[in-house]
Amino acid sequence: MNDTPLLSVRNLVKRYGGSSTWFGGNSFGVSAVDDVSFEIAPGETLGLVGESGSGKSTTGRVLLQLEAPTSGTVLFKGQTITGLSASELKPFRREMQIVFQDPYAALNPRMTVGAFVAEPMVVHKTASGSERQDRTAELFRKVGLDPSFMTRYPHEFSGGQRQRVNIARAIALNPSFIVADEPITALDVSIQAQIVNLFQDLQDELGLAYLFVAHDLSMVRYLCHRVAVMLRGRIVEMAPSEAIFGDARHPYTKALLTAIPVPDPDIERNRRHVPFDLEMHGPRPGQTLQKVAPQHFVLT
Amino acid sequence: MSAPLLEVRNLSVVFDTPAGTVHAVNDVSYTLHDGETLGIVGESGSGKSVHALSMVGLVPCPPGRIVSGEVLFEGRDLLKMPERDLCQLRGGRIGFVFQDPMTSLNPVLTVERQLMEPLLRHRNLSRSQAKSRAVELLELVGIPHAKERIRQYPHQFSGGMRQRVMIAIGIACDPKLLIADEATTALDVTVQAQVLDLVRDLKKRFGTTVIWITHDMGVVAGLADTVQVMYGGRIMERGPVGPIFKTPRSAYTWGLLRSLPHGEARTQRRLYQIPGQPPNLLDSQQGDPFAPRNEFATPRCFHEVPPLVQVPDSTSGHLVAAWYDLPMALRARQEKPA
Amino acid sequence: MKPFFSALFRSKAGLFGWIILIVFVAVAIAAPWLGLPNPIRGSLTARLAPPTWTGLFSPGPHPFGTDQLGRDILSRIVFGSRTTLLIACGAVVLGGIVGVTLGIIAGYFRGFVDSLLMRLVDIQLALPLMLLALLVVAAVGPSTTNLVIVLALTSWIRYARIVRGQVLAVREREFVLSAKAIGASTARIMFSHILPNILTPALVVATLELARVIIMDAALSFIGLGVQPPAPSWGRMLADGRTYISGAWWIVTFPGLAIVLTVLSVNLVGDWLRDYFDPRQRSVR
Repeated sequence: MNDTPLLSVRNLVKRYGGSSTWFGGNSFGVSAVDDVSFEIAPGETLGLVGESGSGKSTTGRVLLQLEAPTSGTVLFKGQTITGLSASELKPFRREMQIVFQDPYAALNPRMTVGAFVAEPMVVHKTASGSERQDRTAELFRKVGLDPSFMTRYPHEFSGGQRQRVNIARAIALNPSFIVADEPITALDVSIQAQIVNLFQDLQDELGLAYLFVAHDLSMVRYLCHRVAVMLRGRIVEMAPSEAIFGDARHPYTKALLTAIPVPDPDIERNRRHVPFDLEMHGPRPGQTLQKVAPQHFVLT
Repeated sequence: MSAPLLEVRNLSVVFDTPAGTVHAVNDVSYTLHDGETLGIVGESGSGKSVHALSMVGLVPCPPGRIVSGEVLFEGRDLLKMPERDLCQLRGGRIGFVFQDPMTSLNPVLTVERQLMEPLLRHRNLSRSQAKSRAVELLELVGIPHAKERIRQYPHQFSGGMRQRVMIAIGIACDPKLLIADEATTALDVTVQAQVLDLVRDLKKRFGTTVIWITHDMGVVAGLADTVQVMYGGRIMERGPVGPIFKTPRSAYTWGLLRSLPHGEARTQRRLYQIPGQPPNLLDSQQGDPFAPRNEFATPRCFHEVPPLVQVPDSTSGHLVAAWYDLPMALRARQEKPA
Repeated sequence: MKPFFSALFRSKAGLFGWIILIVFVAVAIAAPWLGLPNPIRGSLTARLAPPTWTGLFSPGPHPFGTDQLGRDILSRIVFGSRTTLLIACGAVVLGGIVGVTLGIIAGYFRGFVDSLLMRLVDIQLALPLMLLALLVVAAVGPSTTNLVIVLALTSWIRYARIVRGQVLAVREREFVLSAKAIGASTARIMFSHILPNILTPALVVATLELARVIIMDAALSFIGLGVQPPAPSWGRMLADGRTYISGAWWIVTFPGLAIVLTVLSVNLVGDWLRDYFDPRQRSVR
C-alpha cells in the first residue's frame, strides 16, 4: 500500500425527493448519504457497515456515479469524477466495478452468462472475436467456473455460481477498485466462504481495492483492513479493523458488535447485547469526525 | 418421560414440477417435548421450511404432495385431520411467525384488526375483550405506546416493530407450539438481538415450545436447546446444543462451523470452504445427499442412505446420519474438531 | 434451427397453431394459381347457392356456397385473406414497433418524456378508437396503406402502456445498473438488456392485437370505410352477409370461421413463442 489514495470521497451527500410537490408543499427530502468522506488506498479493503437504510449501499452507488450525488466530490487517482458526462466517465468505468447483493437480479436472464461476462469487453472494445472468447474462458477459470458453462443461461446456475459470474464480469477489464455491495448476504451459508475466499484470492492476485458493504460484522472483521460504520447516512466511526473490534468508541458501534450472534452456545448464552438509543446517541447536525487515535475517527 | 408434544414420523414431501419431481423432505422423523426449543438449521433446499409448513397443511397442493408420514401433535395426526380442525389449530394451539413481516401482514388492515382476528376466531372473546387483549399483546412484545399504535397500519411500523407484531399475532392465543420460519432473517442485527431477547423472555414466562427455523448457526447457539441440522431434505445431525457446536459429528455441521470466521482477522487463516454447490433435489437421490461435497465421504456414503443414530460416545440424544467417523477422520488429518 | 423444431414438436398446441398459420399464409400467397373462380365477378344465376356438400341445389362447385351476387365464397375468403392478413399483420407490426419503442423510452427515461407520452396515451384512450379510425380514414381515404396506419394508430398505445410498466420494473433490476457500471451506452442498455426482458408481454399484446385488428378491420369495412368493394375482405364479407343470415347462413359463417381460426392460431403461436424465447422453458433438464 502506498500513501496516495486510489479513491477519495469528500463530503458526499445524496438526498432523495426534495422537489416541490403539486399541492404547494415543499418537502426537503431524505438524506440517504450525509456528508460522507473517506479514502481508499490501492489494494486496500474498506468495510462499510450499517443497517438497512443507513446509506451504505447508496454510498457505493453514488461513488461509482451510478446515481448522481447531490453534492460532494469523488476523486479517482486524483481526478474528479463527479459531474462528468457519460462519455467522460467511460474510461473510469474500466477501473471501477461493482458486484451486487442479489446474484439473481444482477444477471440478465435473457443473456448467456458468457455474453454477460464478455459484455464489458464489447462495450470498451478491448478485445474481439476469438481473443474475447479466450479472455472470457480465462475469466471463467479465474473465478472457478468451467468455461464450458459459457453458453448457458443464468437460471441453470446456483446462487454461488451466479455470484462467480458477476465477479468474472466485474474483473473483465482489470479494474483497480470494486464496490462489493453485500456480495454474500443472499448466498447459502455453505457457499459464503467460497465467495469470500475468491474475493481474497483476486485481491492478492490483481491488487484490487474493495469497498466491502456489509451488515455482517464478523465477515467484515475477517476481510477488511479498515472499517467505517454508518448510521442514518453518516459515518459515526472509522478505524482499522483491530481498533473497531478491540476499541470501539461510538455507542452504536458497540451495540452493533454485541448484537452479532456468535456460533458458540457458551458465549451466546452469557452475553447481553448493549442496546442503542438513537435519540441519545444518534448523529446530530454539527457533529464531526474527530481523531481519537491514529487512523481512528469518531463522530462527536 | 412424558409423551412428546410433537412427533414427526417418516415425513416425506415432494413437489411435482414440469422439470420433474423435487424431493423436498425425505423421511424426516423427530420428537419435540413440551417446553423444548428446537433450532432447525439448514440452507435453501434443505427442507427445513417445507417440512414445517407441510405439518400443518400449509404447503400448496398441487404442486406439493405429502408422500408419507405422520405428524402427531398432542397425540393427534395432523396429516389426517380435516381442514376445519387444522384451521382451528393454526393460529390457535400452533402459532406461526414468518420471515417477511411486510408481506405476511395485510397492508390495508390496522394492526388491531389483524391481532383481533385470531382472538375472535379461536378464543370466542367478545370484541371489547379481544381489543384489550390485543393491546396487552403489543405491550408484551415491547411496542411502546401500544394503545395508540394499535390503530396504525403495518407500513407505519419499522421492520423490527412489524416482526414484533407478527410475534404478537403468533402468540395471541397462547399457543403450545410456536413455529418461527427465518423470523429474524430480514431484520438488522441490533433488531434481531432484541427480537431474540423477546423470544427468550416469552419462553421463560409462558413455557412455550418453539421450533426456530434459520440458516444462522449463531442464532441457534443462543436460543435452542436442541439443534437439528438439515441438508438435502434430510436430518444430518441432531442433538443438544452443546455437543452439536463442540463436537459435531456430521461433516456438514463441521464444515458450516469451520467456514465462519471466529473473530479473527484476515491474515490468520483462509476460511474453510465446503466445496461444490447445494444439491439439485431434482436428481434422484442415492446415498447421503452431502456425500458429493464431503471430503470425508466413504464409498458407502454414495449409494446407501445413512440412518440417523445415536452417537456412541456422546451425550444421549446426539444423533448423526453418517457412515464415516468424523473425529477419527479428523484425527487422521490432525485437525481440531471445529 | 434444431432447437426450434424440437421445441415445436414438444408442444402440440404450438404445432397446431403454426400449421394453420402457415397454411393460411401459403394459400394467401398462392391464391392466383389455385384455379379458384373469380372472386369479384359473380354470376347472378348462381345467387345465394348453398355449399355443394349440403346436397341442396347448387349450380356449380361452390364448396362454401355463393353470396348475394353469386360470387364463390371460398374464392373470396382466399383472396380476402391476402388483404386482411396484410392489413392486420402490417398494423400489428407497425403498432408494435412504435408502441414498444415509445414504451421503452417512456419507462427508461421517465420524467418529462414519460409524462408527455403517457398523457398522449390517456387522451387517445379517452377517444373511442373507432371514432378515431373513422375520422382518419374519412380524411385520408381508405387505401390499404392508410388502413394499416390507422389500425396501427389504434394499436400502439396498448403496447406502449404495457411495455412502459414492464420497463419500470426491469430498469430497477441490478443487471441494468451493472450495464451502466461497465459504461454501456443508453441504446445498448435499452436494446440488449431491457428489450429482451419485455418481449414476452409485448408478444402477448401482439397476439391479442392481431385478433382485435382483424375485427376492427371488419368493423371498418362494415361501415364502408375499410377495404373498398368489390375487393374482398373478411370483414366486408361479414358485413355484406348480415342481411342474408336467416336464409343463407354460409355467407357469414365461413369468413367468420376464417377469422376465428386465424386468431386462434396466432394466439397459439404467440404462446409458443413466449415459451420459446424464455430460456427457462427452453432447456430440458
